[in-house]
Amino acid sequence: MSSLQTLDIQRRSATTTASPSVRTHIEVAKLIDISKCIGCKACQSACMEWNDVRDEIGTNVGVYDNPPDLSDKSWTVMRFTEHETEAGRLEWLIRKDGCMHCADPGCLKACPAPGAIVQYANGIVDFIEENCIGCGSCVTGCPFNVPRISKADNKAYKCTLCSDRVSVGLEPACVKSCPTGAITFGSKEAMKDHAAERIVDLKERGYANAGLYDPQGVGGTHVMYVLQHADTPHVYAGLPDDPRISPLVSLWKGVMKPLALAAMGAAALAGFFHYVTVGPNDADADDDDGHAGGAPGGSAGKGAKPGAAAQPPAPR
Amino acid sequence: MLKTARIERYAPGERVNHWIIAITFVLAALSGLSLFHPSMFWLSNLFGGGPWTRILHPFIGAVMAAAFCVIAVRFWHHNVLEAVDWQWLRQWRDVLANREDRLPRIGRYNAGQKALFWVMVGCMAALLVSGVVFWRPWFAYYFPIDLVRLASLAHALAAAVLIIGIIVHVYAAIWTKGSIGAMVRGTVSARWAAKHHPAWLDEKMKQG
Repeated sequence: MSSLQTLDIQRRSATTTASPSVRTHIEVAKLIDISKCIGCKACQSACMEWNDVRDEIGTNVGVYDNPPDLSDKSWTVMRFTEHETEAGRLEWLIRKDGCMHCADPGCLKACPAPGAIVQYANGIVDFIEENCIGCGSCVTGCPFNVPRISKADNKAYKCTLCSDRVSVGLEPACVKSCPTGAITFGSKEAMKDHAAERIVDLKERGYANAGLYDPQGVGGTHVMYVLQHADTPHVYAGLPDDPRISPLVSLWKGVMKPLALAAMGAAALAGFFHYVTVGPNDADADDDDGHAGGAPGGSAGKGAKPGAAAQPPAPR
Repeated sequence: MLKTARIERYAPGERVNHWIIAITFVLAALSGLSLFHPSMFWLSNLFGGGPWTRILHPFIGAVMAAAFCVIAVRFWHHNVLEAVDWQWLRQWRDVLANREDRLPRIGRYNAGQKALFWVMVGCMAALLVSGVVFWRPWFAYYFPIDLVRLASLAHALAAAVLIIGIIVHVYAAIWTKGSIGAMVRGTVSARWAAKHHPAWLDEKMKQG
């Protein structure tokens, strides 16, 4: 995706000043109601078609997951889980995996290339591949294991939440294609309200732990799930229970950056001022070769500690 | 002893080895810094842009690490810390104030040089190992994501320590006149040796 004139930018990777942000935007969200998903993969097809990406034909790996994982060309995949409840019932949990569009995106935090990752003011996190340098830091930063580096061009790819469609007032392609209404799109507030109604319904039907997945560890997400078992998100093919940016990444991309630069600058300045105050240590400029080269009457004698002068001068 | 006598400190092979490390270090540091902090990203222009910086940096680092291995094997036995080194370190105020006459008689390297040598050994090893772990597109896929995260942090930390160490190393060479000549032309004056490394001079004299 390229930069979109019609969408203002809230955050921009490796950028320390404000991005264009004068327009008023409402926060958007995609809501995926897992209890309504039938696993038809129409959304996968619509995603490929709209974005003009065609993954290679793979092989059957023994489960319905096809392709078996996200890739540079498959930005969303259905993950099928055969889940046995405590009551001994079998449930087929089908989760549409893809970018969660975090409010606090680990990919954007980790990215070293200015403008390769942006977060639009409406909450969509987008990769701008023309600025991507292919280092893979977004993979390192993502708590959901979403970005994929293309083997063809060494650029990172993931779901754009159809930012190009959203910017002109259309819903994402996956939403448009969903035959059961399991995927809905709108303002984040409207999606939360819609989810609340669904959760009431699910609870009435016996799913006591039904709830909304909008993990606060990453500041909330702009792709949310309605889960029948919101107390155990991990049963949905390893959806993280409490996703957050790894503290290792926070250290690396947080305090470490200014501290390391300050320490380097301080070391260089300390050297310069040492030279300015103490002067060179020049053996060949000495008047006699038995005495050290501190400037006579300079700082050489001032700081001398009587007790420290235990060693005799070097004999000739 | 002749005041004007020149004493060989570094053989031609050692000087070439040193300068290969120095050149690759500067390139690795500039390209690494460009990816470390947004304010430094402009340095990536020196390498042909962001993607080229990402491509070149690990290869430059690999050459640096290989050349450093050679010099580390050559020099480690000169850098074993001895009793006299601890005395030198305790008198760091005399060192900084140019009161070299009060310091113990030191050999080929003083304690500061030795300590820096071992810091560099540690940093180079850490940089090499951690760098391989998240070197894309070649090796990163073989390692679990938490190890990649740890390696990324360790790489940046080791690089910062190494860069600060090299700033000290370069400043010491500028401060102690005659040291740069030792690494460029290979020789030092007898007075330089007598003032900074008297015990090493004694050894040299014994060898004739």
